[in-house]
Amino acid sequence: MIGKPLVRCLGITGALLLGAGAITAASAGAPAGQEVAKPSLDAYFKPATATPLAPDQDGFLRRWLLLEPISKPNPTNTVFTASYVRQALTQQYFPGQFTAMPRNGQVVKAAEPLRWHALDSTQFDVKLFNFAQALGKPTYGVIFWAVTVVDSPREIRNARMAVGSNSASMWWLNGQEAVGLYNDRRMVMDDVLSDRLTLRKGRNLIRGAVINGPGLSDFCVRFLDEDGRPIRDLKTSLK
Amino acid sequence: MKRLTAAAIGLCLSLGFHASPASAQVEGEPFIHDPSTIVLSDGKYYTFGTRGGGLVSEDGWTWRGGPERPGGGVAPDVIKIGDRYYMSYAVGGGGMSGGHASQVKMMWTRSLDPKSPDFKFHDIGVVASSDGVETVDAIDPAFLYAEGRLWLTYGTYFGPIRIIELDPSTGLRVAGNQPVDVAIDMEATAMMYRDGWYYLLGTHGTCCDGPNSTYHIRVGRSRSPLGPYVDHMGVPLLRGGGKMVVNARGRNIGPGHFGLIELPGGVEKFSMHYEADMNRSGRSVLGIEPLLWKDGWPVAGANVRPGTYEIQSERSGYALGLATDFVRIPFNARASFMAKPTDPVSPVADQTLADNAAVWPQGTTRVDLADYMVRPNQLWTITPVPGAGGYFGAPFYKITIAGTERALAATARNEVETVPRFTGAAEQLWQIDQLTDGSYRIAPKAQSGPKPLALVAIGASTPTLAPFDANSAAGRWTFRLP
Repeated sequence: MIGKPLVRCLGITGALLLGAGAITAASAGAPAGQEVAKPSLDAYFKPATATPLAPDQDGFLRRWLLLEPISKPNPTNTVFTASYVRQALTQQYFPGQFTAMPRNGQVVKAAEPLRWHALDSTQFDVKLFNFAQALGKPTYGVIFWAVTVVDSPREIRNARMAVGSNSASMWWLNGQEAVGLYNDRRMVMDDVLSDRLTLRKGRNLIRGAVINGPGLSDFCVRFLDEDGRPIRDLKTSLK
Repeated sequence: MKRLTAAAIGLCLSLGFHASPASAQVEGEPFIHDPSTIVLSDGKYYTFGTRGGGLVSEDGWTWRGGPERPGGGVAPDVIKIGDRYYMSYAVGGGGMSGGHASQVKMMWTRSLDPKSPDFKFHDIGVVASSDGVETVDAIDPAFLYAEGRLWLTYGTYFGPIRIIELDPSTGLRVAGNQPVDVAIDMEATAMMYRDGWYYLLGTHGTCCDGPNSTYHIRVGRSRSPLGPYVDHMGVPLLRGGGKMVVNARGRNIGPGHFGLIELPGGVEKFSMHYEADMNRSGRSVLGIEPLLWKDGWPVAGANVRPGTYEIQSERSGYALGLATDFVRIPFNARASFMAKPTDPVSPVADQTLADNAAVWPQGTTRVDLADYMVRPNQLWTITPVPGAGGYFGAPFYKITIAGTERALAATARNEVETVPRFTGAAEQLWQIDQLTDGSYRIAPKAQSGPKPLALVAIGASTPTLAPFDANSAAGRWTFRLP
């Protein structure tokens, strides 16, 4: 079975459960009683530095503040209709969620304390599953929040934010909703693009939230110009 | 096989024009026989036919009489080189009044618009002829300008099709040039050049018998303009070969006299006449159809037929649909997967429009691209809109969610949405042109900027209106039966 199963291992286990069993089974990756070392963040991330970081050669933004996952149990991704995702990702889970600029190491008061991590992805995408896994946090049934600041050398009109995410997600530019990816999505570059928007000269704040049930989770974001070419002369920072 | 007598053609072309039922391909008064290659002059499109008349159009959809050319005769062709429109036509021959003595004549003008100060034909002279005794009939000239050289084919069933070379700077025959036989069993030839191949198209079958005309167009190709031309089976055109390009279809009978139309965005279409338009008293009319290229061969395409389809992006393979919540079909997964092979089966009902529409917003709704699931929000009905105009052989269409009046529309910011009810506004009318690979370009009638916009998948799941790039799959769409 390729991709995210509606339910896992149908033929073998007969576990035709659309309930918590899918998560339980998936989270228990190792044989019983056998301890497997968790992969470290180094596999896909580096600590963000104070020096602004340019997008990669294809324009993908690599520097992000990532919040440890918020628990949002969902045994299947098929529930991620636009209405569900909008409700789930626009409700407040912690103070300053839609307004504050977080800091590296800052802990916010959600249902449980969650810490922000300033990281540079070494890939074109930001591997949220691996981020959570490396920190020993839940990987399934979660919501990830991501924030970055894009510094543009000029005003760029008719640009588009191009996002891919696994699974559903919503994205805001300078406080305005820009992109929504709904339903059970796989992460592919340039999956959903915003309407034409304007990148301000100087500082532009991007917030994103990715919701996932079972399976891997990641996202990729870049800006395209009005001719569809990646905008690369940007800098990302976290302040 | 003989051509219609001059008297009969004259009768055909001199009958009074009157309003006709809407045709699948053009509107107006498109009555013509042996149309020349359509050319643009002074912002309008022109084609000229046998005797002195022709047709003019501002959009390639509505055609009316009015163009003028001196010289009379039959079956002219026109080509623009530099600031000159060269026109070739034949006087005599064609078996008319029993004779095959004919002359192919040339003239030029800087405008085809009779109202232009540049509208003045200059006679060049005779570039080919037949003496009435030899088995050749010097009529039906057709130009090809390729690789800096100007070629002219001519001839009918009475002998071979011949090719000669002209001087593109003067229109005169190149000194010392001798005609070369390139085909038999053809008339009303045309030529194209593409990817290093020279294509010789010609009309086969019986002309000028209304609904009983068997006229149709075939093609062969060669690496040299002088041949040898062969068809897809390797049969030489000098032995009667020729691959089918277009024949009778629907209520249009007897296509002949091919003319290539190259439009912006890499769109290719072709003009012809139908010997009989069954919706217009069986009269000879101008026809325009898309031109496809398959395995290096040209073949007639077709306008999208009215009906209900999935509109599939050639970029992602995803289907255009209302961006609404996914509505699940009730399904017992446990029972399905655990069922024994011998358990009885029964049909699962299609999702109804009412079930799907229950989650639709009431007002305007955006569209997106998603996995095609045969759901009502992904089924579009394509309908020509009478009286709304059109573009080169195709009417403007409305594109509505099947079973509703909810219509696809362009927004003022050049995005795409649906409106609850079709009103006929320009932003709800769509130009649908088939492309050379068989897919389609979908463009709004309402255009607001300097660059023509079309429906383009700028993301795997995101459609918008953007400039059409002929070299990208992003602007190509396929209409697939549900």
